[in-house]
Amino acid sequence: MAAKKSASAPKGANTDGLQLITLNTVRGPVPALAGGSKAVRDMPVFYLHGEGGLSAEDPFLLELARERRVVAPFLPGFSDIPAWPDSEARDMLDFTLFGLETFNASGLAQPILMGHSMGGMIAAEMAALAPEKFARLTLISAMGLWLDDHPVADLFSTLPPELPGLLFHDPAVAAKAMAHVGVIGGGWDPSRNDPDLFVAHVVRQARQMANAGKLLFPIPDRGLRHRLYRISMPVSVIWGAEDRVAPAAYGEAFAAAITNARLTLVPGAGHMAHWERPLLVKEAAAFS
Amino acid sequence: MRFTWFNFMPWPYLPADFAQTHRSVWVDIDPNLFDPVRGHALYNSHLDLLEYAATLGFDGVGVNEHHQTAYGMMPSPNLFAAALARRTQNAAIVVLGPSIVNYNPPVRVAEELALLDCLSGGRLVAGFPLGTPMDSNFSYGNVPALTRERYVEAHDLIVRALTEMKPFAFNGRYSKLRDVNIWPRPVQKPIPIHIPGAGSMETWDFAIEHDYSYSCLSFGGYRAARGQMQAYWDRLAEKRPNDLSPYRAGFAQVICVAETDEEAERLHSKHVRYFYNSLLHVHPGYLDVAGYRGERTVSAMARMMYEAPVQFGNDQSWGDLVESGKIIAGSPATVRDRLIELIQTLKVGNLFCQLHIGDMDVETCMYSSRLFAEKVIPQLRGIHGDWDADDRFWCKPIDQTSPRDLRGVNAQPQLLRA
Repeated sequence: MAAKKSASAPKGANTDGLQLITLNTVRGPVPALAGGSKAVRDMPVFYLHGEGGLSAEDPFLLELARERRVVAPFLPGFSDIPAWPDSEARDMLDFTLFGLETFNASGLAQPILMGHSMGGMIAAEMAALAPEKFARLTLISAMGLWLDDHPVADLFSTLPPELPGLLFHDPAVAAKAMAHVGVIGGGWDPSRNDPDLFVAHVVRQARQMANAGKLLFPIPDRGLRHRLYRISMPVSVIWGAEDRVAPAAYGEAFAAAITNARLTLVPGAGHMAHWERPLLVKEAAAFS
Repeated sequence: MRFTWFNFMPWPYLPADFAQTHRSVWVDIDPNLFDPVRGHALYNSHLDLLEYAATLGFDGVGVNEHHQTAYGMMPSPNLFAAALARRTQNAAIVVLGPSIVNYNPPVRVAEELALLDCLSGGRLVAGFPLGTPMDSNFSYGNVPALTRERYVEAHDLIVRALTEMKPFAFNGRYSKLRDVNIWPRPVQKPIPIHIPGAGSMETWDFAIEHDYSYSCLSFGGYRAARGQMQAYWDRLAEKRPNDLSPYRAGFAQVICVAETDEEAERLHSKHVRYFYNSLLHVHPGYLDVAGYRGERTVSAMARMMYEAPVQFGNDQSWGDLVESGKIIAGSPATVRDRLIELIQTLKVGNLFCQLHIGDMDVETCMYSSRLFAEKVIPQLRGIHGDWDADDRFWCKPIDQTSPRDLRGVNAQPQLLRA
């Protein structure tokens, strides 16, 4: 599960990648990825992945883990390890409480709460529900709002061959990224020619998107707009300038609706901005 | 053996190059392709066909529910069932059926079924489909992963509403009702329920658990369905080894009859082609949606997909369609022989006869339906031997000998006693 050590790591940086850990919540164990040293002074990160899932090869998380503690739980339905909420998480409040309970079990204090896409939607809800727990909030291509003039793409009826072009701006990055879980439709290599692996891949994809659908289908709006006023900490809103899933107008809408927010548009990046431009996104995400 | 005449009321005026120039016949179909003046004639002619079928000796006439599509234009099956209840005498009204997750609150379905049962004098057979992903999810917005849970709750509420003779409170996850107390009440206690499905194991289990008949509605034809139906029977044999009545299962089959095999091809092939090429031209992204099917079914389907990718009927020749069993077509004798094969291999007691297909005109459909009723049905009656007396999964009208009484005051004392 751990990522390979980076060959060009600067001296003193953490290069251990991300490890699978268990968060012991009050409701039971939840698998998570964690990286970075507990000793470093930089603000830790509690990260919620998007509807593609969570990958130990995620270049953005690996960058974050080089300089600070990162804990990222697998959201309900996104781990191959059965966990407490899989059948119980149905609506926005369930997912938000899941986020808060896994955070409580993470041992982090006053972190930057971060989320991408669906994870950003949950992170924003958590920040609205319990603003006192989080020092900062970072929303990367977050779902949760709806603008009639800029409809969010329907990820649920998009055919697999169309996904890379929809999710990424740069086809070269997309081609590489699709080899990994962590991207919708990713993680399947046809050259393996193994029916068992194929079945496992299809089942995992179906389970992940089934759970994403609880928050995103058919319209990814569960009322977050009415709760954004409670978010009081500094917020970094980060958007791929070329996002074709949720266009940059959503970044502007989040930034306009949250009191203490600043918007960073990432050039040459789509909805998976953090995979395409990990360093740029990290800079804005970590308030550095 | 019971025969139900079944159609989808498809739109017959799609342009010839529809599949090349449009993305999907379902969900986001171009609304400009609909013409309400033609719609007026079409709806009336389809109701004419259903009424005609009822006079031919079919055991039932069937209606169904689909949304936002030229494939089938009955958004509310109960509206058509009401029209048929008035204009037919003996045939069962098979509503296969209201997609119960699409009604809020679902007691609306219970009320309408009770009404239809009263109106028809106990001729109602009800079906509770989950609805296709195109219908229940992409058109009606149900969250896919919660659709089945919502379905089960709606079912429980509807059945209780139809059967309990005291007002009750229903505290469901999706419906919260203080006093459930529908009015009117159904004639039949209970109304027979069929569960239509297209191969989801979760659906079989639901039908078996509740002692309902399962109906396989697919367009792969009877030869492709053999494995699937055998799996259903195996499952049933585990749960009810001593009660494998053929009436616990139904199958929908496209059937085209003419005087000779050659005539059948000449008359029907263009309509069949329209059906497969235009009416089944659904954007593949709408055919399934993550969460709609349970994990067991997803896993089984993924394996099938890997080993033998499914082929629809597009661009298949008439001979291929007949050979594969997607359609049963030919002279009455040919059709009879093929149906014997269907009945014996799938072991079904209920046949949903799709005698209208594609853009078929009324005359051709009446011709095919009459030949079927006169020359095929009589030869298949009694094929199940002792089981043929099994009426547990069919309607029980209030007076089967003098249907005129159904509309008269004479029926009232029976109603009150029921």
